Amino acid sequence: MLNYIFKRMLSAIPFMFMVSLTVFILIQLPPGDFVDSYAAAAASSGETISPEKMADLRHQFGLDRHILIQYFYWIGGIVTGNFGYSFEWQSPVKDLVGERIGLTLILSVAAMLFTWALALPIGVYSAVKRYSIGDYFFTFVGFIGLAVPNFLLALVMMFIASKYYNQDVTGLFSPEFQSADWSLARVYDLMHHLWIPMIIMGAASSAGLIRILRANLIDQLYMPYVVTARSKGLSEVKLLIKYPVRIALNPFVSSIGWILPNLVSGAVIISIVLNLPTVGPMLYQSLMSQDIYLSGTILLVVCLLTVVGTLLSDILLVILDPRIRLEQ
Amino acid sequence: MVDTVNTSIQTPSSDIILDVRNLKTYFGTGDKAVKAVDDISFKMMRGKTLCIVGESGSGKSVTARSILQIVDPPGKIMGGDVLYYGKDPKGQNLAQLHERSKEIRSIRGHEISMIFQEPMTSLSPIHTIGNQIMETILLHQNVDKAEARARAIELLRRVEIPNPGVAIDKYTFEYSGGMRQRAMIAMSLACNPKILIADEPTTALDVTTQAEILALIKELQTSYGMAVLFITHDMGVVAEIADEIGVMQNGKMLEFGSAEQIFYEAKNPYTLQLIDSVRKLETSARAARGSRATDKKLMEIRGVSKIYPARSTFMGKANPPFKALDNVSLDVFEGENLGIVGESGSGKTTLGNCVIRVLSCSGGEVLFRMADGRITDLAKAKTGELRQVHREIRMVFQDPFASLNPRMTIGQIVGEPLLVAGTHTGEALRKRTEELLETVGIPGAAMERYPHAFSGGQRQRIGIARALALNPRLIIADEATSALDVTLRSQVLDLLLDLQDKLSLSFILVSHDIGVIRYFCDRVAVMYKGQVVEHGPAMKICSAPDHPYTKALISAVPGTHPRDKRIVNRHRYDAEAQASGIKLGGN
Repeated sequence: MLNYIFKRMLSAIPFMFMVSLTVFILIQLPPGDFVDSYAAAAASSGETISPEKMADLRHQFGLDRHILIQYFYWIGGIVTGNFGYSFEWQSPVKDLVGERIGLTLILSVAAMLFTWALALPIGVYSAVKRYSIGDYFFTFVGFIGLAVPNFLLALVMMFIASKYYNQDVTGLFSPEFQSADWSLARVYDLMHHLWIPMIIMGAASSAGLIRILRANLIDQLYMPYVVTARSKGLSEVKLLIKYPVRIALNPFVSSIGWILPNLVSGAVIISIVLNLPTVGPMLYQSLMSQDIYLSGTILLVVCLLTVVGTLLSDILLVILDPRIRLEQ
Repeated sequence: MVDTVNTSIQTPSSDIILDVRNLKTYFGTGDKAVKAVDDISFKMMRGKTLCIVGESGSGKSVTARSILQIVDPPGKIMGGDVLYYGKDPKGQNLAQLHERSKEIRSIRGHEISMIFQEPMTSLSPIHTIGNQIMETILLHQNVDKAEARARAIELLRRVEIPNPGVAIDKYTFEYSGGMRQRAMIAMSLACNPKILIADEPTTALDVTTQAEILALIKELQTSYGMAVLFITHDMGVVAEIADEIGVMQNGKMLEFGSAEQIFYEAKNPYTLQLIDSVRKLETSARAARGSRATDKKLMEIRGVSKIYPARSTFMGKANPPFKALDNVSLDVFEGENLGIVGESGSGKTTLGNCVIRVLSCSGGEVLFRMADGRITDLAKAKTGELRQVHREIRMVFQDPFASLNPRMTIGQIVGEPLLVAGTHTGEALRKRTEELLETVGIPGAAMERYPHAFSGGQRQRIGIARALALNPRLIIADEATSALDVTLRSQVLDLLLDLQDKLSLSFILVSHDIGVIRYFCDRVAVMYKGQVVEHGPAMKICSAPDHPYTKALISAVPGTHPRDKRIVNRHRYDAEAQASGIKLGGN
């Protein structure tokens, strides 16, 4: 087992290297560079930047060098803990991204737990009471959840929360805690703000997960081992939880792998609408302005989280399911 | 329609343990209801074995499940009584209990327990065997976990599972098929039930394993004093174990009586047909029809091996390389029917697949004499040559439901080989397809219909028509009759023999069923662990085999006479014990 984990971690290194190269080439693919978009932004506010100034800036940022040299400059820095410098924010990438990644993780985990808490009981109910009124109701709501764009749900939630509960709905902190140091009061403030994005993000992914769990469980409900358990004299509820639900649970664990990248990239619009200090909006902005070191680093971290998440879910699956553990 | 038979056997009522009266279990309601169990009655005696026999769809399994009220929805008991004389001398009516009530749950697994057909899928794949046995004990008996575990180990020992203290913590997939069924039996015995219901418990097992399990059930029945309700489609098994027999068809009980009565004085024509179709397979059709075998060699299999290389498992253990076929040599003559018989894992199917190069051989030669006299080595043939050869060698598969594409009409299915070979198109193709279907007894007008419109036996005929399309000279039939009910089995074999009389064909019949082999084949090769241990004329192998493994195999085949009790007197073959004395190999 330890051997397996070690091997998986080792194989992640060349993978991450290839990802970093691909990411760097991809973010350079759009025409122009940061200086062009900087000049364009300046032009729209009435200023003009001379070609000499632009060449000077390019030289200063190293943008006039060959793409591979830029890449090795960047990746070499990362190996030594220097993630580069953001042109737009005029500060080291590390300082910009640090707290945002932590908050993104907290929000992701909260949304994932909410997804599970919602999807598990509803999925089980829908499968067991298949074609009942309750099942149709949840199926209907679930499809609405899948079909309605998240940002629309976010807007509706914001409206309801501010109108009826008089709640401060944007961001993850109240203004007074915005840049305060971590304290119990700040954690409490975070909890107070976390629930709206948590519900919005969780609602969409639980709709999908409910469908998966329902389908999986229906397959399991009529398996011979369920009949065996019933013939032993187990009560229906105990039987359901011990056998078919347990076996149908695998997709829940697998969802850890894809829920992180989904929350970072898929939830960008929600984060923008709700003004959340997560990495999503920052990634979006950095891609728009071709702030290559910032966007490259964020993408790299997202990839790393995906790799770690997949590894985690694989390890959990092995622990949960003896068939994977012991069969070849 | 035949009337249901009243079961008025003269016995003192205190000997009755279960009295089923006018039981009706329907699937669905109203006019569209499927009457799976349609007004049947029978009695079970304490300590005796009642066999309910019938073909697929006869309602025998639903009858068994109705007793414990574990019929899958939409099945529902619509009427009748199931009187159980366990504690209450006046009888407890199980049919009137609510299916989720405490009362019925205290009967299940405690007073009446059940074992099922597929021990692999009937046990949970993710809980240990011990966990599942202890569950029953903890559910019905007032003991702590340590005591339950000790009892579970004792039960595993009782069903002859080696090293029960270790085996208890293993998972289902770490057990062999026979061991799983033993574990299942251990589980059902956990609370000393008064009745054991066994729903086709040996159907998925090899014949020697089946004999072991039947003997075990018999022995446990005597020592526990249980009544056994044994559900099966196999008249041979019935003959071995039944005290009383009920014959079911289409949800009705056609005939009920003692084993002797049913086997020797059966009145119902369907019962007679069932017994006849089994007894027919105890004879040789080749002896009756005369063999068409010539001494011209059609195929020479020379030293063929198939080795699966070593693999490392998930946890880092390395599996040693596996020899599926170990230096197999056989000849097939023109016009001959060669049988390859063996149990699961013996390599018989691998041999069939290697011969036709569905699988590549690891070594050896398969020399095939083509129609034009050329000899091709199939083990090394190139793709182009193989295409030629595959016109002359065709296959018929085991599962008539899975081997026909449900989205093609049977005309398209049968005509496909002709289309691929480019020999027929348009009107000629349609004509030839129609002709082929009629050869196997399917009206040509049915060619526009889809496979789902046909029964299992008809589908297997369609599979045979497809194999015949390119006028092959050799047909490899891999368990071609195994998925069919016994009354259809001999019909399909007769069809193949008729075809052989008309067309110049040779067959390699791969089967685990000695009866089928004896009926159909001129010569038989017996396979065991990848080797041919014995080969020779079919009648000799099936009546006076030389090799101890073949002896054990033949003697484990159930007979058709209740008085024989063949299984009690069977040979047992222990490979390890024999290995020192007898060298495996062809003779």
